[in-house]
Amino acid sequence: MNEPPVFAQSAQDPAPATEATPVVAFRNVSIAFDGPPVLQDVSFSVAPGETRILLGPAGVGKSVLLKLVNGLLRPDQGSIELFGQDISQMPEAKLFPLRTRTGMVFQEGALFDSLTVRDNVAYQLIGERVPYDEIDSRVREALRFVQLEQTFDLYPGSLSGGMKRRVAIARALIHQPELLLYDSPTGGLDPITSTTIVELIVKERDVYRTPSLLVTHRLQDAFTMCTHRFDTEQNRMVPLPTGDTDPNTTFLMLEEGRLIFDGSLHDILHTDNKFVREFLE
Amino acid sequence: MHRIPLRLMRYPVLATPQSRKAALSLLSPEPAKPMAINIDRTAKQLVLTVQDYSLFVSNAVANLFRPPRYWPEFLVQSDIIGVGSTSIVLLSGFFTGGVLALQSAATLSAFGATAITGRFVSLTMIRELGPVLTGVMVSGRNASSMASELGSMVVTEQIDAMRALGVDPMRKLVTPRLFACISMLFFLTIVADAFGILGGGIVTIFMNNQNGTQYFSTAWEALRYPDIIQGLVKPLFSGFIIASIGCFYGMRTTGGTEGVGRSTIQAVVTASVLIIFVDFLLTQVLLTLFT
Repeated sequence: MNEPPVFAQSAQDPAPATEATPVVAFRNVSIAFDGPPVLQDVSFSVAPGETRILLGPAGVGKSVLLKLVNGLLRPDQGSIELFGQDISQMPEAKLFPLRTRTGMVFQEGALFDSLTVRDNVAYQLIGERVPYDEIDSRVREALRFVQLEQTFDLYPGSLSGGMKRRVAIARALIHQPELLLYDSPTGGLDPITSTTIVELIVKERDVYRTPSLLVTHRLQDAFTMCTHRFDTEQNRMVPLPTGDTDPNTTFLMLEEGRLIFDGSLHDILHTDNKFVREFLE
Repeated sequence: MHRIPLRLMRYPVLATPQSRKAALSLLSPEPAKPMAINIDRTAKQLVLTVQDYSLFVSNAVANLFRPPRYWPEFLVQSDIIGVGSTSIVLLSGFFTGGVLALQSAATLSAFGATAITGRFVSLTMIRELGPVLTGVMVSGRNASSMASELGSMVVTEQIDAMRALGVDPMRKLVTPRLFACISMLFFLTIVADAFGILGGGIVTIFMNNQNGTQYFSTAWEALRYPDIIQGLVKPLFSGFIIASIGCFYGMRTTGGTEGVGRSTIQAVVTASVLIIFVDFLLTQVLLTLFT
């Protein structure tokens, strides 16, 4: 087997923000439906400015974990803090204002198919009774970010899978969230479209520095995020110098509901954990 | 004491079948014989469903009394349910009235009482057939559409997306449908009653060759306020049943597109049977009240 490349943290980026108060903190979280626990004793945190990539094979509980972060599901045990507030026992009504501070991109986009792209992206703004002109300009700005301005008046049914994901990203970004949650944003897409989506996520990370938690089982996407940065002058994603990695992009890995890895790209490539090594290979 | 998981209690609408099974398993930790297990589980499942439904409707009704309220959605749903159902209600009312006139004239002629055909048709339509027929027809059209629309939204994660965007699906989707259905069924029943009497009149005049003035005057003179109250109280209950059952089954859909189909069938069957059952109970109560 080839030796994994040795990665160092990029000199261009600020130091990791792991010391600050976490945006999300899981403490010994467990959840079960029928049968064995889906997640068991999971603890981790997401610091401000940090991007955490949650890896694991299909059906291991990644999406469940993501839905626990903003209270779409409730844990059976343990506590979850979102923006410093314990949400594990919080009533649904109190959770709605907290959720507006997060943006979530669902696995298949989850766009409202009876609404146009404009109304999908502006969903929160319409609810807040923002003036029409401002809504239109902000929607166009968000769609420009994902390079889909031409879809303004279209319905989701006329968009391709990749376009739907990009509109979903625009919808998640329009409210300038303090935390972004991506549920397999490249799942089921062709490599070229996947790279476009990853580029958008890297752009969001490097331009706005929004903390995020990304669920994926695609190693290539995770490694691309670690080894690339967004160049605002060239308006495209460029590789970091050989051996450098983004210091604020780190990994988590789940195996049968348990968190078995929490560390950097360097750590994951040099871990002795048998399951992680098998997954990487 | 066995504890139902907090997750299930707090948001019963979106509780998964898995969590429901977990709750059931907590309720029945002791092993039992196979047949007893089935009866036991079915009974507990039924109780759990009734509990979920009660929480669901109480939440939906309470939302009307606290902001935010989604009036545009209420108007859109009123249009879909009210205007959209007018043609089927109108036609079914018209032909039911016609059939009533045909059948009653045949029977009444044996007693030489064909003169009271109008009275018979109007009382039957206003007190009983108008509300029940309208309820069943609207149930077939709208309970199914509510269940399938909301069910599709659940399985494609649109409901989760709505919650993630900070919007309560109960307020945005369920409460407007509930109150739009109640208010529209009231007016649709009046339309069904009117066209039923008209249908009876046309049959009486053109097919039974009877006097139209006599038909309409006996139809009018026979009516008393208790009859009209009976006929207009029932659609309020039918509207509540249609929307609450349609939305309830829609919001608890699982199992992809097949699950959407299953929810739709369950919603229509349950709503239709409940409308007739509640009509029976209401008739008994109202007859007691007005006698």
